[in-house]
Amino acid sequence: MAASVAFNPNPLPLSDTSLQRAKGPAPGIEIERTIDPLTNTENMVLNMGPQHPSTHGVLRLVLELDGETVTKCTPHIGYLHTGIEKTMENLSYYKALPLTDREDYLSNLCNNLAYSLAVEKLMGVEIPPRAQILRVLLNELERIASHMLWLGTHALDIGAMSVFFYCWQDRDRILEIKEHLSGVRTKTSWICPGGLRGDAPTGWMTRVKEFLDYFPERIQLYQGLLTNNPIWIERTRNVGVISGENAIAFGMGGPSLRASGVNLDLRKTNPYSSYEQFDFDVAVGQYGDVYDRYRVRIEELTQSHRICVQAWERMPDGPVRTSDRKIAPPPREELDTSMEALIHHFKLYTEGFHPPVGEAIGAVEGPRGEKAYYIVSDGSNKPYRVKIKGPSFYNLQALPHMVEGSMVADVVAAIGSIDIVLGDIDR
Amino acid sequence: MVDTDVRLGLTGSDLAIRDRQFKKDIARFENLPAVLNADNSPEVRALSEAGLAGEITATKRQSGQDFITVRKNRIVDILTVMRDHPDCRYDLVSDIFGVDLLGFDKEPRFEVIYSLYSIATHRRIVVKAEVDEDDPTIDTTVGVWRAAEWPEREMFDLFGIEFNDHPDLRRILMPDDWVGHPLRKDFPLGGEEVEFSHNVRDRLSPSLHDLEDGNVPGAHGHH
Repeated sequence: MAASVAFNPNPLPLSDTSLQRAKGPAPGIEIERTIDPLTNTENMVLNMGPQHPSTHGVLRLVLELDGETVTKCTPHIGYLHTGIEKTMENLSYYKALPLTDREDYLSNLCNNLAYSLAVEKLMGVEIPPRAQILRVLLNELERIASHMLWLGTHALDIGAMSVFFYCWQDRDRILEIKEHLSGVRTKTSWICPGGLRGDAPTGWMTRVKEFLDYFPERIQLYQGLLTNNPIWIERTRNVGVISGENAIAFGMGGPSLRASGVNLDLRKTNPYSSYEQFDFDVAVGQYGDVYDRYRVRIEELTQSHRICVQAWERMPDGPVRTSDRKIAPPPREELDTSMEALIHHFKLYTEGFHPPVGEAIGAVEGPRGEKAYYIVSDGSNKPYRVKIKGPSFYNLQALPHMVEGSMVADVVAAIGSIDIVLGDIDR
Repeated sequence: MVDTDVRLGLTGSDLAIRDRQFKKDIARFENLPAVLNADNSPEVRALSEAGLAGEITATKRQSGQDFITVRKNRIVDILTVMRDHPDCRYDLVSDIFGVDLLGFDKEPRFEVIYSLYSIATHRRIVVKAEVDEDDPTIDTTVGVWRAAEWPEREMFDLFGIEFNDHPDLRRILMPDDWVGHPLRKDFPLGGEEVEFSHNVRDRLSPSLHDLEDGNVPGAHGHH
């Protein structure tokens, strides 16, 4: 029998050099160091990110560790700050629209919709029914695509690698649907103030139908891979827990808030773009841990699919743009015959439109939570101030509360479970 | 109901156009800002009950959204009423951010905007606190909502508004050594010089100039 090495509770003190090394650089961060008198060890500072793959972008976490337990977590953000709000202030309303695709780059159409709703509120225009239902359909497809990316990367972080490949296939099908619609795979800017850029091309609805027929069994596949998987449950149950009260106090939103038992979904409570006509349920969790956040999003896939099917079935005919020529350009054929249409066309593309002085909020339920645009108008053709509410900004703020006291590996699980997008946080 | 108006001699399609125009006019009328008072706004009533009516400087209702502008001195009391009063219950922070009103030529220059949401009533309210340019400070609301910590840091970073008693007031988005506050209206867009091949030498630091000339800094004396 091999001799076992006894654990020495009072090891010799470390040499000065090794202590020096343990103190490490971590420039610019002042953290109080405490030396445990029993083990004569001190806390270690670990920089996680900004290039760490599990931080989903360029998030940097400064973790203070006692052994493998996280005693303090300090997120550092701003690596992706590109000043989108400042740039939007200097562009006309229509030209600012493509920037909304680029802040939260995984929910482009939801951002388009939130911005368009705010502008339309300022202008006081109404949107035709076909455009509204198409907006719902596009938003729900976007939610499925975003959740697919979340599920794939989240599972990959935790170690379930094959899920990633299946999810990527499905996300790519939705990107192809978007490409068929607009010619662009992700940043389409297809939802715009006044309606949509254009109607669905020939064969597009058939393609959507093919995806909707195919997708339910894929949800079953994901459920089969993960939901009752003992390793998955072991890694996610009771990890990164946050109570409903704390989630509200931190201003969390979306599936991350609902997983803590708070029933809040703007599609139900403050319906926009004709969501009130649709029959769907809101998934609400119970324990507020990583597993519940997973369950809520998986259920949202089913509910989004339900909404898509209803939207597909009841898609009305008609125009996809408002007839208000002050905000939407006239159809091409009118330009040949109508002087007025020509003037509107010219004014709209050279100068844009002038909303009256005032403020408006456009808020939608994005894949990560409430995505809101607050626009201040000074009566000119450029927005005076645009504030983008990024749900990830508030969700990430609650991360230290979730992970302090848990293991380093659980930090990875917790980051994945709140589904942050750094473009949404840094803007 | 006949689909012609005999008196005006209008046909059905003309009537539809007239109806649409009428609805548009109504919508525009509803869009006109209205003033809130204790009768039409539970929030104003709640603030009056708490003895804070004197803090309100302006109110309006526009496109179905209520806005209340207040003085900054008792902002924590006002927002506590907004959170706790049974008629308000704005328990969720939707967003907190700043606006620089320099272009409106208005005093005071800054507004700190609290966009709040009630999970119980599904209502939204916007509370604006006025902040002077000469004294850009306001009390922190981290004690009311923990969510306020990061957005207040962001306002400090991008607008230069300081929050009294904030637990951790540092820049959040811009680099720590950044000069100025980018979202102020007098901060230029594109203030950084863009690096091209014709000006790259001017933008290099002196030590890199040496490097280009073949003098590796710190290399001499070691061999």
